[in-house]
Amino acid sequence: MSINIPTSPPVGTGTALAESSAEIEGLVEKKIEGKSPWVLAWRRLRRDRAAMIALGGIIFIVALAVFAPVVAAITGHGNLQQFRTTGLDATGTPVGPNGTFWFGTDDQGRDLLVRVAYGARVSLFVGVVATAVTVVGGTVIGLAAGYFGKIVDTILARFMDWLLAVPFLLFALSLFSVVQTHPIGPIKPGLPIVIIVLGFFGWASVGRLVRGQVLSIREKEYIEAARALGAGPWRIMFIDILPNLLAPLIVYSTLLIPVTIVGEATLSFLGVGVEPPTADWGQMIGSSSAIFLYGPWWYLVFPSAALLFTTLAFNLFGDGVRDAFDPRGALGL
Amino acid sequence: MRSDEIVAAQADTETGPVEVLLKVQNLVKYFPVSSAKLINRQRDYVHAVDDVSLEVRAGETLGLVGETGCGKSTLARCIARLHDVTSGSIIFDGIDITRYSAHRMRPFRREIQMIFQDPYGSLNPRRRVGSIIGDPFAIHRTASGAERKRRVQELMEMVGLNPEHYNRFPAEFSGGQRQRIGVARALAFTPKLIICDEPVSALDVSIQAQILNLLSDLQKEFGLTYIFIAHDLSVVRHVSDRVAVMYLGKIVEEARSEQMWTSPRHPYTDALLSAVPLPDPEHAGQRERILLAGDVPSPINPPSGCRFHPRCPKARQACVETEPDLVSRLGDGAEHVAACHFPVEDGEDISLSRPTIAAEERVVESGLIAGS
Repeated sequence: MSINIPTSPPVGTGTALAESSAEIEGLVEKKIEGKSPWVLAWRRLRRDRAAMIALGGIIFIVALAVFAPVVAAITGHGNLQQFRTTGLDATGTPVGPNGTFWFGTDDQGRDLLVRVAYGARVSLFVGVVATAVTVVGGTVIGLAAGYFGKIVDTILARFMDWLLAVPFLLFALSLFSVVQTHPIGPIKPGLPIVIIVLGFFGWASVGRLVRGQVLSIREKEYIEAARALGAGPWRIMFIDILPNLLAPLIVYSTLLIPVTIVGEATLSFLGVGVEPPTADWGQMIGSSSAIFLYGPWWYLVFPSAALLFTTLAFNLFGDGVRDAFDPRGALGL
Repeated sequence: MRSDEIVAAQADTETGPVEVLLKVQNLVKYFPVSSAKLINRQRDYVHAVDDVSLEVRAGETLGLVGETGCGKSTLARCIARLHDVTSGSIIFDGIDITRYSAHRMRPFRREIQMIFQDPYGSLNPRRRVGSIIGDPFAIHRTASGAERKRRVQELMEMVGLNPEHYNRFPAEFSGGQRQRIGVARALAFTPKLIICDEPVSALDVSIQAQILNLLSDLQKEFGLTYIFIAHDLSVVRHVSDRVAVMYLGKIVEEARSEQMWTSPRHPYTDALLSAVPLPDPEHAGQRERILLAGDVPSPINPPSGCRFHPRCPKARQACVETEPDLVSRLGDGAEHVAACHFPVEDGEDISLSRPTIAAEERVVESGLIAGS
């Protein structure tokens, strides 16, 4: 903990000295409140230029998603509005970027810029919500497996191993082809199922990470101290162990968001994710792949660029967060 | 040699009628270890604590010494009910708590507290000191909010910490200050029994004295009872009323502190005492150090008879064959018991003794040393 005492003592009158010592006391007084590891990590993060630029990129994408209706208002084109006369040429091909349609139009004659902005909503929503589901589920299950041990651990750890061995994409495709024709109760195509599938296949890796950490933390003397005080398992798991896991979990979550966004785009690209006509990057890339060889490159390029930009920003920011929380690489993430 | 009657009478006047706070009877704790073999695997057990009985009287300090791996920490954790015991019983304040469930143990958690060895490992690095010391109040829901803060700051002041450091993290304190935090946490409900598991062995010598003085001041002020575990004999001598010496999961000798120092009966105790550094180099040069052969044998498969026989300079055939009882020897009072067939007499120099048992009995299977 560094105390910001001026290195060269001021030479001068007695009053100046007295003033400076009062100043030092003031500084020392302020330092009595210990700086939490969060504050220290945030300071390191703020000094990381790449991470700060990436954070700017994330803020830009979030703003684009939030203000998508504003983009629609500025261009005067609705999200789902089809411009069959101005947006498509005589042969029914989309028109390229021009003064009216800045990003061009898609195969239905809709404004691609507005669609890309609205697509950011789906991507970010799924990215954040599915990551949250994954991390919360994995944390709770990993904590239980690591802390209770024995039979609980055996069952949960084997289940995680099994889940990690299941080919995610094959399973997801089969599930969707089944529910498309035969909805199983609430499981039918749409946003919720995307989140459920991504969460279901994602939590095991978080669970394994958490379990490993818990196994080592569980043996610490402060856990014994808590037990000697009469703390129950829930208190120990969530008050004594969990705070020690927050740093790796935050790092993991930031790096998981871009993975989830790409996962959602993949599912939508394959036609099993978000249902049309909702604007979605993966789905746009999917539809464009059929026609882009015939000219409309913009239909492929702009959604892809948006996806690339978003995942790149999250990944760079995640790297910065990792370096900030774990300057020595001790977490092994 | 004193006569039995005199010693017995002395013992009576010394102790008087005292209340027994804790009684441990035939306590056994085995830890299962599986062998590396996949097929034909057999269960082995580390005999961490093997048939230990002891009593702790209200207001006294019982010192527990022994080398690393002898089971003293395991014994402490069994008494604090952090480990389930294999057999035997723990009777605290007249109540048998050996098999109490976590729920029924709760009220006893306020009466039995522990101070841990590692001042770095025993405080959660991610929590502020105020919340660590306030844990007992939070867990037992006795105080919250401003009331909890006030009581925590009282405790901090009591153990010599600046109450304004309430919001600091453990990393911002020195080893000695951290140990004071551990003491404050243990003191929250002024427990009847505090088990100190090597509370000063991780500290500087100058800091050790401060913590020991703090512990003894608190004992005087609140009438606390301590079980004080250490491997540093000079520390144990300084703080203890009575001392028990452990070797390989068993108590080999138990006596009042001064008796233990003037007339150790068990050769192991004698050897331990001869290893205590003396401040005066001339004295130290004159003294005979008793060097023990070999390592501590494996607690998975402890030696037959007296467990100390493979290393004992006085070992005889009887030591290999029969296990000695922990009883008073050579006319000592009931207060002073030793588990040795051939106890050390006053003034005897066992560094001159040679064992008469067969050489293969002295081969020590040096084994796994369980955590201290």
